[in-house]
Amino acid sequence: MRTRDVLRFARDAGAGYPLRTSLSILAMAIGVAAVVVLTALGDGARRYVVAQFTSLGTNLVIVIPGRTATGGFNPANTITRTPRDLTVEDAAAVLRLPGVQRASPLAAGNSEISVGGRLREVLAIGVAQPYVEIRNFQLQQGTFIPDMDWSRTLPVAVIGAKLREELFPGQAAVGQFMRVGDRRVRIIGVLKPSGQGLGMNTDELVFLPVALAQALFDSNTLFRILVEARSRNHIEGVKQEVATLLKARHGGEEDVTVITQDAMLATFDKLLRALTAAVAGIAAISLAVAGILVMNVMLVAVTQRTGEIGLLKALGAEARTIRHAFLAEAGMLSLFGAIAGYLLGQLATFALRQAYPAYPAYAPDWAVAAALVTALTTGLLFGIMPAQRAARMDPVQALMKH
Amino acid sequence: MALIELAGIERVFRLGDADVHALAGIDLSIDSGEYVAIMGQSGSGKSTMLNLLGLLDRPNTGTYHLEGRDVTTLSPDEQAAVRSRRIGFVFQSFHLVPRLTAAENIALPMSLAGIPPAERDRRVAKALKDFGLDNRADHRPDELSGGQRQRVAIARATIMHPALLLADEPTGNLDRATGEEVIHLLETLNQSGVTLIIVTHDHNLGARAARHLVMEDGRLTSDSRRPASADFSS
Ligand SMILES: Nc1ncnc2c1ncn2[C@@H]1O[C@H](COP(=O)(O)OP(=O)(O)OP(=O)(O)O)[C@@H](O)[C@H]1O
Ligand SMILES: [Mg+2]
Repeated sequence: MRTRDVLRFARDAGAGYPLRTSLSILAMAIGVAAVVVLTALGDGARRYVVAQFTSLGTNLVIVIPGRTATGGFNPANTITRTPRDLTVEDAAAVLRLPGVQRASPLAAGNSEISVGGRLREVLAIGVAQPYVEIRNFQLQQGTFIPDMDWSRTLPVAVIGAKLREELFPGQAAVGQFMRVGDRRVRIIGVLKPSGQGLGMNTDELVFLPVALAQALFDSNTLFRILVEARSRNHIEGVKQEVATLLKARHGGEEDVTVITQDAMLATFDKLLRALTAAVAGIAAISLAVAGILVMNVMLVAVTQRTGEIGLLKALGAEARTIRHAFLAEAGMLSLFGAIAGYLLGQLATFALRQAYPAYPAYAPDWAVAAALVTALTTGLLFGIMPAQRAARMDPVQALMKH
Repeated sequence: MALIELAGIERVFRLGDADVHALAGIDLSIDSGEYVAIMGQSGSGKSTMLNLLGLLDRPNTGTYHLEGRDVTTLSPDEQAAVRSRRIGFVFQSFHLVPRLTAAENIALPMSLAGIPPAERDRRVAKALKDFGLDNRADHRPDELSGGQRQRVAIARATIMHPALLLADEPTGNLDRATGEEVIHLLETLNQSGVTLIIVTHDHNLGARAARHLVMEDGRLTSDSRRPASADFSS
């Protein structure tokens, strides 16, 4: 029998039982769609985190007070208490290192601000001028904190876009005064909205000169030192230099943790890739279930069409032809199921992206390919047994069943 | 040369402890172009005989030569090829594929044999015309009358130009008039050279054949020929 005739025969056979056929196609489609949607969620989370990290800046080396045993990145570090102060002087020393392009101290604390009687709790960040370039921030209006001696407590502030809208609706903010804690500061700049930055929404922050912030918080310690290496190749060297420098400055005590953005990124990337692979595996179980359903449907088809199988044999069909016809039918169920599931999955991820634009819910290509291949192979694999059963049938017995 | 040559054919079914001799010691020779009716009581082995002649079943012992070739030793696929090219079946219950149209049912043996579509279409068109099914080509079996269904089945059985046409109770599911019509069709095919073997309970139908075989408990008990001069319209 010609291949085209086998395929047409199988197609007509499937179409002859629309309910059964559409149900097994649906089962296969749900399996494939599950893989597509779940891996899109997993990989979306990964992309989201990567994007957040990247928005911190490029070639970043970050100094965190406190020490972890392994020196690797551990999210718990970010809340470790300071054993010895990390100071503005430390930051200034880091800036002088050869591989360092830029560096900024960073002090952080909660503070109350008031404008015209309106009170608001904000996170105030004390930084130096290089910070704006390290983070690659754009200003909506005005200027950032000027390049000046880091010990100066110049009473100026730069605020986030959202804060500006809240505090100065419909009017210019630059040049206005506001109260931060017990200080009166002049607003010299407004940042463009970004919304990025790992948990802290920059649009709601107030940036102050680092010395001013420290005076405000009544503390000498820094929350971070942000360092930008000259290039990607300098990152590891800078990391070593910074660690050595600070150890020397802190009396031989290794009491800071120096991490690179790359290492953090790699850790999260690995973690979330593993997560995506895991959910893909779980979703693949539904494909196996769908495969078993296809087998079941094909076994029913073989039983139901026993008389027809006998007839085909009487008309001169070889065992191979009958096997191929039933395999083709199982393959078509899987194929159409896989295609429908692919479209369904793409539609669902599209809807997800529409609903949550910040979340890049795209299924990775490998997952889509694996889902389609798995669907087809399980369908065919589970189709073999029913097809064999049909091909081996005794023609006389088969013809008697009608 | 004989078309069919059976020698010492036995077909035994095991039913529990008992052996049922559906065919026992059959020796038979049928020439090309003959018109044979097989008759006998229910359970006498007529269908078993026809299945054996159609290579749907194998004997336990004995040999079967079809067109001079020993077909009992062929592999299943070789037998399938012989069924495809040399043998046509007509069943009591028509055995049409319900989802296929009349034309597609007729074309089925040709698709199975891998004949190109153009040739198939040509032959189907001719068969539809020859069997008076011109305007039923696109009808499915459930849209056809019993007589039309059996005509489709006969068209299907002959579309590969077989040497041998086997019909097991071809009129069993038809009313008298339609049955006559179908028999007449089969006889016309026989007159054009096809060897026709019909299993029937109906003595009137059986009497129309040129040669009568009577079976009893798996044995051939009578083999009689009608004088060649007898007329067919009885
Ligand atoms: N597959 C089988 N297994 C067991 N016994 C069988 C089988 N097929 C046929 N037989 C037995 O063989 C004998 C002949 O059966 P067969 O079907 O050839 O009879 P028949 O002459 O065609 O009868 P009918 O006129 O009722 O169709 C019967 O006794 C039947 O029970
Ligand atoms: Mg019978």
